[in-house]
Amino acid sequence: MINSRVQIALIAGVLIALGVGLTLYKAVSLDLPLVPGEYREVWTVESKASFTPGKGPVNVELSLPVSLAGWVIIDEHFVSSGFGFSIVRDSDNNSTARWTRQSLERPTTLYYKAQIYRANADRELPDMAVEPPIKPLLEANQQAAMNRLVDRIAQQSSDSESFTLLLLQEFQRDGQEQDVLFLIDSYSDDWLTLVLDVLASADISAHELRGVELEDGRRRQTLSSLLEVHTGERWIVVDPIRVTVGVPDNFYIWQRGDGAVLRVSGGRNSSLEFALVSNSLPAKAVLGMEQRSEEFALLDFSIYSLPVEQQGIFKGLLLIPVAALVVVMMRLLVGVRTSGTFMPILIALAFIQTTLLVGLIIFLVLLCTGLWIRSYLSRLNLLLVARVATVIIMVILMMAALAVASYKLGLDQVLKVTFFPTVIVAWTIERMSILWEEEGGHEVLIQASGSLVVAVLAYMAMSNHLVEHLTFNFPELMLSLLGVILLLGKYTGYRLSELYRFRDLADPQPHEKARPSVSQASRDQ
Amino acid sequence: MKKRGHLFRKRLETNSKMALLVSPKRLRELGILGMNQRNTSFIGRYNQRRHYALADNKLMTKSAAIARGIAVPELYGTVDYQFQVKSVSDLVDGHDSFVIKPAHGSGGKGILVIVGRDGEQFIKSNGARINASAVRRHSSNILAGLHSLGGRNDRAMIEALIEFDPILQDYSYEGVPDIRVIVFRGVPVMAMLRCATHSSDGKANLHQGAVGVGIDIGNGRSVCAVQNSRIVSCHPDTGMGFDTLQIPHWQQLLELAAGCAEFSGLDYLGVDIVLDRLRGPMLLELNARPGLAIQIANQTGLRQRLRVAEQIADGCDSADEKIALARKQFSSESTVALSDGF
Repeated sequence: MINSRVQIALIAGVLIALGVGLTLYKAVSLDLPLVPGEYREVWTVESKASFTPGKGPVNVELSLPVSLAGWVIIDEHFVSSGFGFSIVRDSDNNSTARWTRQSLERPTTLYYKAQIYRANADRELPDMAVEPPIKPLLEANQQAAMNRLVDRIAQQSSDSESFTLLLLQEFQRDGQEQDVLFLIDSYSDDWLTLVLDVLASADISAHELRGVELEDGRRRQTLSSLLEVHTGERWIVVDPIRVTVGVPDNFYIWQRGDGAVLRVSGGRNSSLEFALVSNSLPAKAVLGMEQRSEEFALLDFSIYSLPVEQQGIFKGLLLIPVAALVVVMMRLLVGVRTSGTFMPILIALAFIQTTLLVGLIIFLVLLCTGLWIRSYLSRLNLLLVARVATVIIMVILMMAALAVASYKLGLDQVLKVTFFPTVIVAWTIERMSILWEEEGGHEVLIQASGSLVVAVLAYMAMSNHLVEHLTFNFPELMLSLLGVILLLGKYTGYRLSELYRFRDLADPQPHEKARPSVSQASRDQ
Repeated sequence: MKKRGHLFRKRLETNSKMALLVSPKRLRELGILGMNQRNTSFIGRYNQRRHYALADNKLMTKSAAIARGIAVPELYGTVDYQFQVKSVSDLVDGHDSFVIKPAHGSGGKGILVIVGRDGEQFIKSNGARINASAVRRHSSNILAGLHSLGGRNDRAMIEALIEFDPILQDYSYEGVPDIRVIVFRGVPVMAMLRCATHSSDGKANLHQGAVGVGIDIGNGRSVCAVQNSRIVSCHPDTGMGFDTLQIPHWQQLLELAAGCAEFSGLDYLGVDIVLDRLRGPMLLELNARPGLAIQIANQTGLRQRLRVAEQIADGCDSADEKIALARKQFSSESTVALSDGF
């Protein structure tokens, strides 16, 4: 049996070497930069096509994104267990994914995941054949209203562009004209189709431009639409709601032209939803992935290969070991007293959700109020368990009050109190209350401030850009971290706080002078 | 005696000039034991978890000590369940003075000391008078875990009040002074007397402002006294000088401490002992994780003493032999003999 010190040293050495080695290998062979340099915002777009199958065969077709306006697809992934799957490319170079199956029992969701990033800022869309507008077939009174609307706007406008913008403004206005209201009503509120029909009546070629509005962390985003209008010389893109020209920055074009994006035959209740996550990736890695996505075996085993939801969770999870290291160092090397070994980590995680300053204020307010209520309850001479339970309920009430108050005041940041992990605050107050009973207020002050200091340090470590970069791109560094923590677990040296605590003993005194020779003698034996 | 008085003065002088921090190298030279080393090299290595229960539970400690013939304060009775609380008065019937404390308490928390009676009322150690219902409420709080580690349910024990040795009378203010002995593998290594003060609220807890007096293992005399890590020469409340302090029954006390190490199974142990006027040293409680403040009270590091104790323990079997060697090695008067011996 090898001595435990040697064992630990061996295990820690292997772990550290493994972590650093893998990191270096990835850095050298895959060209992943070790320091955060230039970043690309890479979006993972996961589309979920859900439907309830009917009796017969099922055929699901999903138009694949066309990636215009500077967007590039780095990686695509289809989930099609039990389905026949093929990708069909039509003459216009538009692709469609097709899932087929003879019969199906229960409601199913099919997944298509793409990783995209904006390669260049070029917003211009490629030229497209102009088809003459098809005028709508309307009833007489509708036609009359339509004509009046077209005439009125045509008089106010100079060209197709201004006509479109004026028309859209007409729809966005508060007090709408009688004709507009009538038309919207007869189109059963499908005002985008109405706009296209009005444009067609005015002899302007136009079509829809479908796409996804990119928003980090969205789970159930649906397709939204822009309008593409031909001015006579070229196509322009108009945002029908904001009434602006040009493709918005966060709009990812899925389909140009009319027609459904998702077509399900042999099923009903079909819906298409998108989950979105954005990651900042090193520009070099993105380029590498784009050029040789097949060779990137190691990246395949990285966090990026996980589904979008899990990626978001892991972004946070991977930072926890860093916070753990901070706690271990602060406790073993510095000797800060914290309440509960890992409570500072939890507090730091809460800070990440609220931002530091707001989090600190909320935390202190809740803690102080909680302890104050507790001290009053203590005078009422309640039993301990009942008292702690009362404090927890009071804290939740306070948090609810804070959330409601901040919502009424329109303070978005404080609103996140609702997400501020309830358990953490309640638990902290419980621990502090018990500590107060056992050791007195002085100890509460020491441990609470110790916990907060460590939590703030852990927060700063976790929100550090370099740390974020390293943990997410080189998760294997966690092994090295583990090795360091194992080594620290065998540290028997002094803590910083002990250098202060025993400072009085340092002065040479007659009694101690004889000591070194004693220990020397006993060691020689 | 004269020489030791000089030693005290010398320490008071050096106390005034010091840096904010001391270098780790200097601490190592002094052989100071740090928290990390205490945890990994001593508590973690020598104290097995299964032995903790005995040390953490005062009732278990007491019965184990009685079985070994070790003197403990007499147990009048225990209150195990809430419904028994109303019978507390019966338990203390016939006893003018008594102490109620939680079986799992630590650091002197939750201890109610009744020194006498005045008709229906009880007199606390600070002279305040309380009635029987207050005593019952205190017991009830103990049962609810108010004073216990982690707030878990507990038992209340009622035991005899120690009439401590009159020699120690003036060294403590409104509280019982106790003697903490660190015993390593059956060898008494370091000792200190803990004296309650006004600022420690009658508790013999160094963290709360009690005075710690380092005691020479060799002869039971004071080495140095500290309050809040600062060297003091006399008790802040009674004004009694510590330099002439001599603990009586010293050999008997060391034997008791060493005996506790045997029955507790703990190799690194803090033994808290009180001196009764009539019955001499008595075991108060055991501590499986004794603190490091004893080094400040003795102005000496634990490390080389533990190293020497290791050799003593390896070299001899009987407890008497270990104590005799410890008294020889760890005496401030025999530092020369110490280096000769090893």
